Amino acid sequence: MSINSNGPRVDLQLIAGFISPRARVLDVGCGDGDLLAYLEQDKQVDGRGVEISQRGVNECVARGLSAIQGDADKDLVFYPDKGFDYVILSQTLQATRNPREVLEQLLRIGERAIVSFPNFGYWRVRLSLLLRGRMPVTRDLPYSWYDTPNIHFCTIRDFVALCEEVGVTVESAMALDREGHSIGVSMPWWFWNFFGQQAVFVLKR
Amino acid sequence: MAAERAHIANNEANEPSSKIVRFGTDMPLKLDSGKILTPFQIAYQTYGELNAARSNAVLICHALTGDQHVASDNPVTGKPGWWDVLIGPGKVIDTNRFFVICSNVLGGCLGSTGPATINPETGKPWGLDMPIVTIGDMVRAQVMLVDHLGIDRLFSVIGGSMGGMQVLQWASSHPERVHTALPIATGARHSSQNIAFHEVGRQAVMADPDWCGGRYIEAGKRPEKGLAVARMAAHITYLSEAALHRKFGRNLQDRDALTFGFDADFQIESYLRHQGMSFVDRFDANSYLYMTRAMDYFDLAADHGGRLADAFRNTSTRFCLVSFTSDWLFPTEESRSIVHALNAAGASVSFVEIETDRGHDAFLLDEPGLFSAIDGFLRSAARARGLEELA
Repeated sequence: MSINSNGPRVDLQLIAGFISPRARVLDVGCGDGDLLAYLEQDKQVDGRGVEISQRGVNECVARGLSAIQGDADKDLVFYPDKGFDYVILSQTLQATRNPREVLEQLLRIGERAIVSFPNFGYWRVRLSLLLRGRMPVTRDLPYSWYDTPNIHFCTIRDFVALCEEVGVTVESAMALDREGHSIGVSMPWWFWNFFGQQAVFVLKR
Repeated sequence: MAAERAHIANNEANEPSSKIVRFGTDMPLKLDSGKILTPFQIAYQTYGELNAARSNAVLICHALTGDQHVASDNPVTGKPGWWDVLIGPGKVIDTNRFFVICSNVLGGCLGSTGPATINPETGKPWGLDMPIVTIGDMVRAQVMLVDHLGIDRLFSVIGGSMGGMQVLQWASSHPERVHTALPIATGARHSSQNIAFHEVGRQAVMADPDWCGGRYIEAGKRPEKGLAVARMAAHITYLSEAALHRKFGRNLQDRDALTFGFDADFQIESYLRHQGMSFVDRFDANSYLYMTRAMDYFDLAADHGGRLADAFRNTSTRFCLVSFTSDWLFPTEESRSIVHALNAAGASVSFVEIETDRGHDAFLLDEPGLFSAIDGFLRSAARARGLEELA
């Protein structure tokens, strides 16, 4: 996959790389619509967004995106089975109340689910806890433990274990370093889990 | 002044100054009640030009006490059109781009057939002999108007409150004729509380001796007091507690102290009395009964076996719903339940909730969040349909 570092955000390009043109896409936790706008432009997708903050939704609609206010934990049940080719959960899994149920819903609604999340097994996170003895506050995880929206952190290995537990096939996966570059595909999980700052998974049931 | 306005209003009910289409006995309207209405007339206004492809038509549906004068001066009150802030040349619904249609609903009182128009069979005003009309009937009449104008597919159907109910009905009954639907501050059914408020209004009208069993026009009277009370009660439901307190608080009206009587001591009382009295000059009391009844009867899910999603099966219409945080007449939850049904039906839907303390009436006001949502939604829908000139 070619990544243009001068173009749109690297994470958007990465996710777009997994998506086929003109697909039906649901972006859960779409924020102010950067990914959806990029996918509509780059892949001509039929995109929909769900976002918990009303400010984000209003921004999406004003820029011409189809979006609704909703909660990944509560509102996915209203979507029909296999209504989308891809359901994207970008940097949102760790903020859900019931990640396992959300994962099940993603795979019920979509043919494929694309899930990205920050890796809590990343060496800087481990080091921070080891040396400082306090919950890590890093550049990418800037919240203190008491005010973080991220209530369900996991490591890459934790996530792989969850996928096995719910019987999900990992079609492809990628770990990203601090600069957003992918880490060697042939590396074992433990390597990704240590050096990957982010992970992106493409899942299928 | 008031008598003059009432006189104009009465003329407008039969011979409107706006455009009008008369459907003769060869084009009867079958009503939900089972009755047949024929002949009948629909009064309407248009703004802008229909393009050669007939692809730029936008239908505006008015609310309970609205009318067809959506973007031009009202002939009765002389005030600007009721959605003048939104519709016009260069505005969000730009009449340089769109051909805007707005008709007075069936049962209304500014030129479409309603209780104040003359029943051709008797030569007298219909009064309560007018069959009950529903939201579905209003939409059927609009479909005939749109056919008459030679428009196959509407680019958008837009309306708030009772107008939003018509939008939902249009999208449900005629999905192939509606490219985009914008139901604002509305619900897929009228709630028990809303029916209750309407019943208070109707009872106030009917308790007025000048209502004369609905035959007040022939008796040369008007149930002003009853209708004014109905309007006062209803008006409270259009506002919010916070906005009322912000605007009026407990301020006294033109006095320094309480009078220990039942005059309008408080500003809010004076304001409501004014709202009530100015309403009776422009609106027909029987029409108010019919309009409120039409809203009460609306229940789109019930028409589809109790499943709202079935009202929108396989729709290709693009929806954008809007609600307001302080609207307690049609609270956000009403819109959200429509959104969930549309999600279940696999429809394309956007939903925006606007933060405001202005209550239900916010949809008629200058709300930047509302305008930017409508603008973004319509432009992207135009692009999606390959209508770059409308985007």
